[in-house]
Amino acid sequence: MSTTEMPSAPDFELERSAMRHLADAQINVELDTGDMILNLGPQHPATHGTLRLVVRLDGERVLAADPVIGYMHRGYEKLTEFRTYPQVTTLINRIDWLSSFANEVPFVHAAETLMEVAAPPRAQAIRTILTELSRISTFILFLGEMGLQVGALTPAFYGFRDREHVLNLIEGATGGRFHPNFNRIGGLKDDLPWGWVSETRQVMRMMLDSCDQFEDLVAGNEIFLQRTKGIGVIPGEIGAAYGVSGSNLRASGVDWDLRRDGPPYLSYPELDFKVWTHPDGDSFSRYWVRLQETRESVRMVLQLLDGLPAGPVMAKVPRIIKVPEGEAWVEVENPLGQMGYYVISKGATGPFRVKIRSASFSNVSILPWLLRGVYVPDVVTILASLYFILGDIDR
Amino acid sequence: MPDDETPEANEGEEVAAEASAPTDSPEPEPEPEPDPRHVELLARLERALPDAVIEHADVYGDLVIRVTNESWGPLAGVARTELECDFLSFVSAIDWSPAPREGGDDAGGDTSSPVQPTEMTFGAAGSAGRFQVFAHVQSTAKHWGVTFKVDVDDAQPLVASWVPVYPGADWHERETWEMFGVRFDGHPSLRQLYLPAGFEGHPLRKDFPLLARSVKPWPGLVDVEAMPEEPSASEATQAQEPSASEATQAEESPAEPAGITEGGDE
Repeated sequence: MSTTEMPSAPDFELERSAMRHLADAQINVELDTGDMILNLGPQHPATHGTLRLVVRLDGERVLAADPVIGYMHRGYEKLTEFRTYPQVTTLINRIDWLSSFANEVPFVHAAETLMEVAAPPRAQAIRTILTELSRISTFILFLGEMGLQVGALTPAFYGFRDREHVLNLIEGATGGRFHPNFNRIGGLKDDLPWGWVSETRQVMRMMLDSCDQFEDLVAGNEIFLQRTKGIGVIPGEIGAAYGVSGSNLRASGVDWDLRRDGPPYLSYPELDFKVWTHPDGDSFSRYWVRLQETRESVRMVLQLLDGLPAGPVMAKVPRIIKVPEGEAWVEVENPLGQMGYYVISKGATGPFRVKIRSASFSNVSILPWLLRGVYVPDVVTILASLYFILGDIDR
Repeated sequence: MPDDETPEANEGEEVAAEASAPTDSPEPEPEPEPDPRHVELLARLERALPDAVIEHADVYGDLVIRVTNESWGPLAGVARTELECDFLSFVSAIDWSPAPREGGDDAGGDTSSPVQPTEMTFGAAGSAGRFQVFAHVQSTAKHWGVTFKVDVDDAQPLVASWVPVYPGADWHERETWEMFGVRFDGHPSLRQLYLPAGFEGHPLRKDFPLLARSVKPWPGLVDVEAMPEEPSASEATQAQEPSASEATQAEESPAEPAGITEGGDE
């Protein structure tokens, strides 16, 4: 067959330089080892859990990447149909386990919307504070851990150390470090404990110092810059079409933050804050945006503490919660991006259908597009810079 | 039976909800001062795709538009260009059929879960049948969003894929396919996303039992002893009327898995 024939021998009239190129080409063909399939994960430090990436490699370059998810799929959408509304908050705590409190808020908000009750202003303010504390704790960990992914071990310890202060605050107010389950339909379980406000002020000042430290240690580090600048660039419009949201999208220059631009929720309309964007869309800009957003969250918490309204933290709701027939879509800006619940109720004590729109799911779905053509070591930094939580992907 | 004077206000609500269920449009019409953004969105959609919109509703500030099955494919392009909705939030489906409860635990119908109405009712903007695919798209510049719903056939659920326009629809449609059995015409590789390859059945369909509960009953039902004046647990669970939901609820509360003590607080 003609297709398998060896190429005919070159003419001897070719110049020597051309011959040399031809020889190079021949060597390349001989050294071509063919595509290699590499399994990254399911257990890999860069995947924060059990995400498996099947990458097809040509040498060090990724030809195609296929994330295999579902190792931690817990079927929350099905389980919500077998739970009452107050029970559902226990489940959805575990979606994004680093910022559990922020997960509860949109679901409770959706139930409150359908019941047409509103949490009292003090409850709204405390919810906002705790949501921002969740954001700070999530981002502080990221700011340290991102260093770990490029080989800097120290920032990770700083990240865990500084996050602990914020977790202590969350624990002090709610009783739980990771799974507060503090939201109730109509308000909060409890008021803030005595002395919590002044302690929070102190910790917030520490967090600002911590941000400065990370900026010096990591964001100013030459190796870090080389590993992240210009790596993993997501153009804004492609990111949006993939559903990439939150800091990842703002790092691509899209000026869109649901706290400011979405339907009003919690105390955000009353707050003065800046939405940070970065035009580059690379791994570094994702780091930089989260760094700025951590500082912005600290500012928001301090504002809220100054203007904390008095009053009850729980509205009048029936003892047995029955949500009237209807449906509501509630979307909020969670630390990892847009989190939304489409709650459909048929008037029972439990939801009829809950569609959970989690941020990491869409953030990670861009990986097949994003990883095409990058080098293997950059896969790790790109994964780290997208910052996903497995529970938020697998639900 | 619809006795509104009973001290159980919740019972009255449920009766009212059931009575209004068979009517076609449970959602109030958006007559009182419609959101100008919704008016604009609808006008743009009508211009680009006349005859596509079947019904629309304003649900707590969110615009829900139900479109014909044929227009679902072109709708993606229109949403991205004409409506300027560049951000895809999600694509999923709804199974409106009520969960089978008559068989009790033997049929996988779980007696401890909240009692849902037994007749099929549809939500905002209505539905033609059991399955609906719905999607939410948003504009990052205009700060508006819209939920689209489309009816799909009960026996052969099929609808056009949005992947050519919104590449992010890829995973959402794979999830919808495995969870609901809705096929997406034009999807590049419709395969399992969460579930192992070769999984049979569609778990988020209402007739798919929650297997964990079939294998092992909800522990709360076993552990809780009835108070002397209350009907016993077995009596309460055998009664399938909505009026038994109070009793079922009361049993269920202390059995929450992570030790929440909502029931115990009161």
